[in-house]
Amino acid sequence: MDLRKPIGLLFSILGISLMLFGSQGDPSGYRQSLGVNVNLYWGAALLAFGIVMLFLTRQKPRPTS
Amino acid sequence: MNLTYKDGFIIAVYFAFVLGIGAVLRRSTKTGADYFLAGRSIPAWICGLAFISANLGAQEVIGMAASGAKYGILTSHFYWIGAIPAMVFVGIFMMPFYYGSKARSVPEYLRLRFDEKTRGLNAISFAVMTVFSSGISMYAMAKLIQILHILDAPFQKAGLTQAWTFHASVLISAAVVLAYILLGGLKSAIYNEVLQFFLIVAGFLPLVWLGLKNTGGWQGIKATLGPGYTHLWAGLGSPHTNRLGVEWTGVCLGLGFVLSFGYWCTDFLVVQRAMAADSMIAAQRTPLIATFPKMVFPFLVILPGLIAIAIPANMPATNSSGLPASTYQRGIIPAKVDSISGQPVLDKNGNPELDYDLAIPNLLLHYYPTGMLGLGLSALLASFMSGMAGNVTAFNTVWTYDIYQSYIRRGMSDQHYLKVGRIATIAGIALSVAAAYAANQFNNIFDMLQLVFAFVNAPLFATFLLGMFWKRTTGHGAFFGLLSGTLMAAVHHALTIPEGAVPGIKGGWMAQAHVYPSEMAQNFWTAIIAWTACFLVTVGVSLFTQAPDEERLRGLVYSLTPRSNVEQGPWYRSPAGLGVAALVLTVLLNFIFR
Repeated sequence: MDLRKPIGLLFSILGISLMLFGSQGDPSGYRQSLGVNVNLYWGAALLAFGIVMLFLTRQKPRPTS
Repeated sequence: MNLTYKDGFIIAVYFAFVLGIGAVLRRSTKTGADYFLAGRSIPAWICGLAFISANLGAQEVIGMAASGAKYGILTSHFYWIGAIPAMVFVGIFMMPFYYGSKARSVPEYLRLRFDEKTRGLNAISFAVMTVFSSGISMYAMAKLIQILHILDAPFQKAGLTQAWTFHASVLISAAVVLAYILLGGLKSAIYNEVLQFFLIVAGFLPLVWLGLKNTGGWQGIKATLGPGYTHLWAGLGSPHTNRLGVEWTGVCLGLGFVLSFGYWCTDFLVVQRAMAADSMIAAQRTPLIATFPKMVFPFLVILPGLIAIAIPANMPATNSSGLPASTYQRGIIPAKVDSISGQPVLDKNGNPELDYDLAIPNLLLHYYPTGMLGLGLSALLASFMSGMAGNVTAFNTVWTYDIYQSYIRRGMSDQHYLKVGRIATIAGIALSVAAAYAANQFNNIFDMLQLVFAFVNAPLFATFLLGMFWKRTTGHGAFFGLLSGTLMAAVHHALTIPEGAVPGIKGGWMAQAHVYPSEMAQNFWTAIIAWTACFLVTVGVSLFTQAPDEERLRGLVYSLTPRSNVEQGPWYRSPAGLGVAALVLTVLLNFIFR
């Protein structure tokens, strides 16, 4: 099993979910996070990480030295 | 603060992946070597991340933030001097013998290098220790979840009392860890540790960012807390000018040499991760790759502690412990509350003691909205499960190969030992759960146990150092060296006491020949004395006993092992290049935070 695949999938799912939570719902809920919509922004960051991991699985595995 | 379905969803997704990895790996786990050694087939980057993740248990994450709040940035000594040099050493100099000897465990290496009794001593003490530490860590985690009161609402709805949050935390996490190790063995534990590594980073990084934004960055923290909290070396000239209460010799020798090398170079919990690597050079790279994330971890786990006490006081405090926010509070860290009387715990000067362990959990509740809170809690659970899985996989291997196969039933089939290993996994987790409940009942006994473990561990590195680098070291020398090291640690503890402590568990139970400025100083010097005693006795006894047969030591001792001339690739792939890079960066970090 290429471990990058489950990591990529997990973080993509977590990222998309957080972005969904962030894009709907009441913005006043973000007062405690200093007015930053952390769900939306961090969700996007996690999704990006997940996609990079998934992309890496398409490359040939590095030869084991 | 209550969890919503959003947090529940995030946690559920994480659990599904953890179990899914175990289920997929079940098919490829057929032999003992698959189960206990992950088939020696794991690439270096995975082993490296698992190497630090296995060490990054809940106690580590919670404890490091707590120390950050208590001692300040000085806590980074536990990483920068107390881990990196030892990790570089084990990768470059020791891994060739661990991996090259084809030993299946650290105690088995001792059997090959020395003799049966040295292996027995190490295997049995290690097996007992892992079960207890995984139990203690489980207890700490469950207690924390109970104190946070985040699960109260769903439990109330189900008509269950608060005590059930403790039961549920212990039993559910134990069941999940049991399931994925039972299915996929060490490979499953290692793969999940890597997943947990990324989750811990994902869960805590925004916390640090929000915290720094809130407190005005590092400059703001410096201005709020003062130099005592924000310098690494400035106060180390004397134990009275720094918050740890230790001078630089104690830090460098005790923490930087004896304790750190003793843990990172000999503890099978971490070494097992490197032994699972797919080649010698990958095994060597494992701890070296691990040094790079390890060196930035202080910013992820220690810095939150400083943030927690530096948060501006005019912010509405989220108080999770149910107490009215009081003057006892510092930042968002509340006073410790006696669980029986409900009153704040006072120190010997009558000031309330702060409950530093709540630094990270309270920060999560303070900054994270629902959704992110689920991610933060998953990160806490991940750290907890990775630490526990590390203990359990190390336990089942040592039990099966070093105790069962050596002393109970020899010469059975591989399938037999595989079955024994699976049963040992169940038994190990059951014993940890029992230990968690015992810790809940008998706190003092557990403090004493941890003290005994510290005595047993302190001298270990002297034995390995002599064993690997001095071919004259004999089995008798190693065995009696270890015993005298442990004995001297106990004697030193019995004769000295930290300032202001009552004789007993803190030391001084025979006499008070010396008073240390702090408990930390006493711990460090206990380790130094134990190591020195073990070193001297091992050398002495070795010289008076028959020299071991050199033919038998090939591949086990430095001077009798031919250098391998494997193609190492460019400098950033070779062990020496990685090691030097790690040390240079560590020196740089020490310089920046001097």
